[in-house]
Amino acid sequence: MHRSESVSPLRPFVELTGVSHTYATGGTLAVDGLDIRVNEGEFAAVVGPSGCGKSTLMKLATGLQFPQSGAVVVDGKEVRDPVKIAGMAFQAPTLLPWRTTLENLMLPLEIVEPHRSRLRRHKAEYVAKAEALLASVGLEGAGSKFPWQLSGGMQQRASLCRALIHEPKLLMLDEPFGALDAFTREELWCVIRDLHARMAGTLTVILVTHDLREAVFLADRIFCMSSRPGRIIAEREVAFARPRDIEITYKPDFSDIVHDLRGRIAQARSTA
Amino acid sequence: MDDLAEFLLTSWPAALVIGVAIYIGYLLYKVIGASALDRTKLSLQLAPLFCTFGTFLVWELLCKAFAVSTFVLPAPSDIAIAIWQFRRQIGFHSFHTAWMTLAGFGLAVAFGIALGLLLGASRFFYAGFYPLLVGFNSIPKVAVVPILVIWFGVGWLPAVLTAFMISFFPIVVNVATGLATIEPETEDVLKALGASKLQIMTKVGIPRSLPYFFGSLKVAITLAYVGSVIAEYNASRYGIGNLMARASADFNVPLLFAALIALAILGVAMYMATVWLENRMTGWAQRSSFAAT
Repeated sequence: MHRSESVSPLRPFVELTGVSHTYATGGTLAVDGLDIRVNEGEFAAVVGPSGCGKSTLMKLATGLQFPQSGAVVVDGKEVRDPVKIAGMAFQAPTLLPWRTTLENLMLPLEIVEPHRSRLRRHKAEYVAKAEALLASVGLEGAGSKFPWQLSGGMQQRASLCRALIHEPKLLMLDEPFGALDAFTREELWCVIRDLHARMAGTLTVILVTHDLREAVFLADRIFCMSSRPGRIIAEREVAFARPRDIEITYKPDFSDIVHDLRGRIAQARSTA
Repeated sequence: MDDLAEFLLTSWPAALVIGVAIYIGYLLYKVIGASALDRTKLSLQLAPLFCTFGTFLVWELLCKAFAVSTFVLPAPSDIAIAIWQFRRQIGFHSFHTAWMTLAGFGLAVAFGIALGLLLGASRFFYAGFYPLLVGFNSIPKVAVVPILVIWFGVGWLPAVLTAFMISFFPIVVNVATGLATIEPETEDVLKALGASKLQIMTKVGIPRSLPYFFGSLKVAITLAYVGSVIAEYNASRYGIGNLMARASADFNVPLLFAALIALAILGVAMYMATVWLENRMTGWAQRSSFAAT
C-alpha cells in the first residue's frame, strides 16, 4: 500500500450488505443486492452508466432513503436517520442566491451541533475558518460575493467548501464536476485531492461519477455498477502513490486501468 | 389636524400638478445637461410623458372637432374642470377608497402568508385545499357583496372584506409555490446535516419564496382595489365607487370621468409602492440589473 502511514488499521466506514431498493411498491428495482465496503479515510468512486442507481446509493449511504432489504452501516451504526456526519455536493452547486458565499458556507454550522450553539459567540473564529477554507480552494476574498457573481467552477469550489466546513467524516459527491469544462474539471480534481489529503485518514469520500479518468485519478477503490437495477459488477483498487500528479493521467498504466473499467461497463451494458 | 386635512382636500390637484411639473423639469434638466451619448437613453424617460400628454391632446382635439357632447364623452379639459370643481369630494372619497383597499390588502397579506406557509409545508393540505381554493377564487366576488351587506350592513366592512377575498388567492398560491419547489438537492444537503423540517423552512423555504411573495403583491394590490371599488359601488356611503354610483344617478358624466382619473392615479400610486417594496426586498432575485457590482 502506498497510503500515508497515519491510516491506522483499516476499519470499514460505510458498509452496504445485500441492499435492494425501489422507489414505488411493485416498481422496478433501483439497486439490487448491493455489496459495498469503503474503509475509513478511503477515497472510493462509483462508476457506471447513467440511470444505474448511483444517486440511490448516495441517498442510502446518507440515510436520506432506507433500503427495502439489506443493511446499511455507517461508522459502526446501522443507518436509521439522516447520518448527520455527511457533507454533500452535487452537479448543481445548490448555493442559496440570497446569501453571500461566506454566508452559504456558514449554513451547515447553523444546523450541525456543536457548532450551532457555539456559532453566535464564536462568530469571528468560524468566519476565519470559513475564509481559510475558501482560500485553500483558491477563492480568497470571494466570501463577500454572491454565488451568482461567481463562475461555474468557482461556485462548485464554494459548494465543496460548504460540504466540508463542519468537518464531516463522510463526503458524498454526486457528479460534482459534470457540468464544468475540461480544464476547470482537472483543476477541481486537484482541489478535492488536496482537501482529502489534508484530512489524512479522517475523511472518507464517496464519489459518484461516470467519468472513468476522474475515478481512476482520485480514488483508492472503484466500484463499477451495472445498468438498472444497479449491481456491483466489479471492484478494483487503484494503487498509484499519493500525492498524485495530474500527469499520471497520461501514463500508460493509468490508461490501462481506465480501459479495463470501460470494458467491464461496456460488457454490462450489452448484457443488460 | 383639521387644518391639514382641509388643506389636502382643497389643494391636492394643485399639489399633483406642481409635482408632475417639477418631475418634468428635473428630467428636462438632466437631458439638456447630459452628453450626447446619454441623451438618447435619457430621452426614453421622457417618452411616457410625451405619449400620455399626446393621447390626451388627441382626445381633446377629437372632442372639439366633432363637437362631442360632454354628456357622451367629456374632453380632458372638461374633466380637469370637474376635478377642480369636485376636488373636495374626490379627495375625501379617494382617501376612504385608499384605506379600505389597504386594510383589505393587509388582511390578505397576513392570511395569504399563513395559508401559503401551511400549504407549502404540507403536501396533504396542499392537495386537500387547492381545489377548494380554486373553487372559491372562481366565484365573482361582486356576487358575494349582497351577503356581506346582510351580515354587516352598509359601511366600510363589506368593502374591506371584498378587497380581502378577491386578493388573497395569488398570495397563497405564490407563497406555497415558493415553498413547494425547493430544489430536492438543496433539501438533501440540509437533511444530510440533520436539519429539521422547520429549519429547512426557515433557512431555505421562506427566503426562497420571498420573490414569489413580493411578485404576488403587485397582482394582489390591483385586485384589492377592484374589490373595494365594487363593494363601495354597491354597499357603502364612502369611497370613489360610491361617488361614481351617485354621479351616475345624477347623469354627471364629467364627474364620472373625473372619478375614473382619480382611480387611475390612486391605482398607479399603490402599484408603484409595491413594485418599490419588491425591488428593495428581493434585489438578489433580479440579479441581472446589478450583477456588475
